[in-house]
Amino acid sequence: MSNIARDGARAEGEVLVEGQGPQGMISLRCDLGAAALKTALAGEGLALPAPLSLTREGARAVLWMSPDELMLLCPYDEAPALCARLSEALSGTHALVAVVSDARAAFRLTGEEALLRETLAKLTPADMRPEAMPEGCVRRTRLAQVAAAIWFEAGAAHVLAFRSGADYVFGALAYAGRSGARVGHL
Amino acid sequence: MSTRLAQGGRLIDRAKTLRFTFNGRQMKGYAGDTLAAALLAGDQMLVGRSFKYHRPRGILASGAEEPNALVGLGTGDRFEPNQRATVTELFEGLSAGSQNHWPSLEYDIGAINTKLARFLPAGFYYKTFMQPRAFWKHVYEPFIRRSAGLGKAPAAEARDPDDYEHYYAHVDLLVIGGGVAGLQAARIAGQAGRSVLLIEQGPVWGGRAPVDGGEIEGLPAEEWVDRTLEELTAMPNVRLRARTLGAGLYDHGYAIAQERVSDHAPGAQGPRHRLWRIRAERIVTATGAIERPLSFAGNDLPGVMLASAVRDYLVNYAVSPGDRTVVVTNNDDAYRTALALLDAGLSLPAIIDARPAGGGALMAEAEARGIRVLKGKGIAKATGGARITAVEVCAQAGEGACEETITCDALAMSGGWSPVVHLWSHVGGKLNWDESENFFRPDPQRGPVNHDGNAHVAVAGAANGHLGLSEILEDAGSAAARLFGSAVPEAPEASPRDEAPMAPVWLMPQGAKQALRAKAWLDFQNDVKVTDVQLAAQEGFTSVEHTKRYTTLGMATDQGKLSNINGLAVLSQALGEGIPQVGTTTFRPPYTPISLASIAGEAKGALFQPVRKTALHGWHEAHGATWEPVGHWRRPYAYPRPGESVEDAVNREVTAVREGLGLLDASTLGKILVKGPDAGRFMDMLYTNMMSSLKPGACRYGLMCSENGFLSDDGVVARLDEETFLCHTTTGGAERIHAHMEEWLQTEWWDWQVWVLNLTEQYTQIGVVGPKSRAVLEKLGGTDVSAEALPFMRWCDGEIGGLPVRIFRISFSGELSFELATPAHHGRELWDKLVAAGEEFGVTPYGTEAMHVLRAEKGFIMIGEETDGTVIPQDLGLNWAISKKKTDYIGKRAQARSFMDNPDRWQLVGLETLDGGVLPDGAYAVAPGKNDNGQVNTQGRVTSSYHSPTLGRGIAMALVHNGPERMGEVLEFAMTDGRRVPAKITGTVFFDPEGEKQNV
Repeated sequence: MSNIARDGARAEGEVLVEGQGPQGMISLRCDLGAAALKTALAGEGLALPAPLSLTREGARAVLWMSPDELMLLCPYDEAPALCARLSEALSGTHALVAVVSDARAAFRLTGEEALLRETLAKLTPADMRPEAMPEGCVRRTRLAQVAAAIWFEAGAAHVLAFRSGADYVFGALAYAGRSGARVGHL
Repeated sequence: MSTRLAQGGRLIDRAKTLRFTFNGRQMKGYAGDTLAAALLAGDQMLVGRSFKYHRPRGILASGAEEPNALVGLGTGDRFEPNQRATVTELFEGLSAGSQNHWPSLEYDIGAINTKLARFLPAGFYYKTFMQPRAFWKHVYEPFIRRSAGLGKAPAAEARDPDDYEHYYAHVDLLVIGGGVAGLQAARIAGQAGRSVLLIEQGPVWGGRAPVDGGEIEGLPAEEWVDRTLEELTAMPNVRLRARTLGAGLYDHGYAIAQERVSDHAPGAQGPRHRLWRIRAERIVTATGAIERPLSFAGNDLPGVMLASAVRDYLVNYAVSPGDRTVVVTNNDDAYRTALALLDAGLSLPAIIDARPAGGGALMAEAEARGIRVLKGKGIAKATGGARITAVEVCAQAGEGACEETITCDALAMSGGWSPVVHLWSHVGGKLNWDESENFFRPDPQRGPVNHDGNAHVAVAGAANGHLGLSEILEDAGSAAARLFGSAVPEAPEASPRDEAPMAPVWLMPQGAKQALRAKAWLDFQNDVKVTDVQLAAQEGFTSVEHTKRYTTLGMATDQGKLSNINGLAVLSQALGEGIPQVGTTTFRPPYTPISLASIAGEAKGALFQPVRKTALHGWHEAHGATWEPVGHWRRPYAYPRPGESVEDAVNREVTAVREGLGLLDASTLGKILVKGPDAGRFMDMLYTNMMSSLKPGACRYGLMCSENGFLSDDGVVARLDEETFLCHTTTGGAERIHAHMEEWLQTEWWDWQVWVLNLTEQYTQIGVVGPKSRAVLEKLGGTDVSAEALPFMRWCDGEIGGLPVRIFRISFSGELSFELATPAHHGRELWDKLVAAGEEFGVTPYGTEAMHVLRAEKGFIMIGEETDGTVIPQDLGLNWAISKKKTDYIGKRAQARSFMDNPDRWQLVGLETLDGGVLPDGAYAVAPGKNDNGQVNTQGRVTSSYHSPTLGRGIAMALVHNGPERMGEVLEFAMTDGRRVPAKITGTVFFDPEGEKQNV
């Protein structure tokens, strides 16, 4: 894996923006009310998240993406096997499970919480107020000109974006979080 | 002369002197000054020349409405034209220059225009520059552009060095305007626990109240403002932001505001401007009111100012506009200016009040202090040159006979007030004409409503037509209550308005003759006078919108803030209609100009546009790729070697593929997974050919059409298993086709059991192409890619060189060819291994142009080259890919329409030039005769054209009328230089027609 987009990239300003290493990701499309889905997730020790949120179990998490789509996070190397097991568990159900670990780039923003929120609010029209975007709330939105998913967890802001736009997203995040550009609103 | 007074000035800090220059002249001001205040303090009343007549113009106002004091600010990369001196905060080292003068501000040659004014009437440009038409572009336009226009554009090579950004804010209540009304509305909503954002365009809170005086809750207005600010600052749910202009309101509580973060401190860290994009549940606009000028002859002379501006300069900046100031008014408010002048110890020869009975309590106070008040009088004309020297007093009811001349060096005028209704109007709020106050005010019954039918914008205070402190505070409370449906709070006690009614004075004197009217300015910035509007009415421009465009009234950068109502009134009188019947022109955002850079925000330089990069982008870059933008992707066009032309590189790459081994980064091609029990049925509807019959392990080329039958995309489909298909799309089509699939599934076939997923970015896909392609894969090893194990149009999963791959045996070049898909994180490793292993086979990475040539030699079509949204597959000879058995597919019914199901169309053929040259892409084949527009008839068009290094000559494809029936016929193609180039119609497959090379 010599080519993870923006792996190890760092930009320090009002907040610290870091490109992340490999992240296992699995897209799962299914009727989220299907009993088999609940069972399949439970078999992996995972729980179905409520809309606009995530559930986590150690290094694995389930992100709600849309009324019929989930994204599973897991260690990169585990993704193919987890994907295969979930496919198997859902074999009698109309579902699509696919590894998408390589399709996206992951970023993490750390720093003072209000600054993290303001940095993102320079790029996304989604409401970044703590009451609208609490810890564990997942939003699919845009960052400046490209699509992204964002959430806050354990004091950090997390961003997933398509890998082809990784340079752009990193640049936009670094710009938004640059020194001297505090808004002082949130 | 205008000067700084020894004492006073509530906004300036005399301990901090700031140096600046105006037209190169060294000047000084104080911290807290605006540029306009500092200019006046240095007796620089003359600040520019007017747009059309180059008349000398001075500072007229003290705020955003200023039409005259526009300056070019800064130099070089930071030069910015048309900046209003009245809202520019002074800073150390500021450099400003006046505009629209030549050769100098004081001696301007263009001022001759004023002598020729009668030759430059309304509609002058329309009347003069109509004929001959041939002169429009090269004679008239350059002439008009040179003589008109205000500021100069920055130098072409200048690059703005500053930062800009956007900020998205979400609040319960946005309050626009930090005067008394805005403060009170924010305070009430803040006390109710709402999240509130209060913005103020200037650096100072409190609006006019600290200058105009009065008491609130037992405190002088200024102290009340300070106390309320403290109260608001202490509320955790309220945010205050100064220097932030509410620029525009839109539907659903969306508002745009521009924060001038560091205009007053250039070069400071952080953004210069920040564009606020605000979603507010509710909005209060408390934007105040703007004073109107009076229309009398010579009202544009430097030294003639709005009465409120004179007061502002005195009280805020301790600047007197002149030693002897006359006040002329039609209302009581201007008496406050008179009293302020007296307080400052300045000479005030007279107040000229157009009302026969004069004013009320304020007039009584003025008279009691010994000021001479001339009632029922007007100004026949103001006289002077670069500055006013005197006014001729006349009866307002008369025609302008001079009764008395009063010398003066400043004149404070007030024609009444106009509420700033712009923001309310932006979002659809309607206005009523107030007969007693003579202004338009918001009609709360016809306001903007939200998605739920509830009003989401309310106007408060002077902007809502309330001009007394007590009334303003009460209105601010009720505005917040109106919006949130809460009880109206008790208004704080404050000074009520105690003024005599104003009198509408649209022309001074009422019966002013032509000579006077022709010098009575309505629009100072665009040089529109009373006579211009009257002429427009006389010439039949009865609609206010037409009059605006004909006369240019209100069309300058100030957008008619001062001229609008006066112009409307003159027009309505000329038309003999009431002002509300004539109506207003449309108010559009932004309220005042905002910088384009703030609109661009972060989108400049590397962030101008997201460039999509494949996992191999870095390798391409390191190996000298020239780029072709495809959608937002950058794909290598070719890899020229040092000293090699791009054209030569393409030829070398094509030959290497045909003779040895080429590598293509095909990662950008769309890869969409389609899965479910109904996937086969869905695929049959998406593609024109039969896909449900495809066996797992096999590939098939397919076409997709829009519901109108036009060819939309193409690509190879691989069936992964009984329920799963992988659809390859074009590079530019991936997102579009994915959306197309989702749309049909979500809106039409919602009951079909199909999921789709866009996997485009998951894989790096590498084309391994050429006679040696199998050899290199065998050398790296891991999967049997023999003709028997992996025949043409099959795929398999496996490993190559120890990396996981899916191998597709497909060909877009006519050569033996494999496409290897590997998870993108491994992409670079696989590419590197192929390059290293391929060395002995002459491995040659090739770009999109070589790919195009290779496919064209084989007659393969390209979406976007052979198609343009009007081409159906049948036009391209692709009937073989259209199923006759299927009852339906998207586009089938459209293709059965008479003009589609018809051989009489332009259809695809190959072309060979007779001289072996290359036809220009897009060239038309001419046909005999001309059409109704006198244009040469055409019978075909080149869709693709290349030099084929394989064949050593030019090859082309074209859509030609009945083309396939006309093999061997020679057509003539029109060149842009008039030449005609002959080319012979051929088949579309130029190379290896039997397909022997790919099938080995």
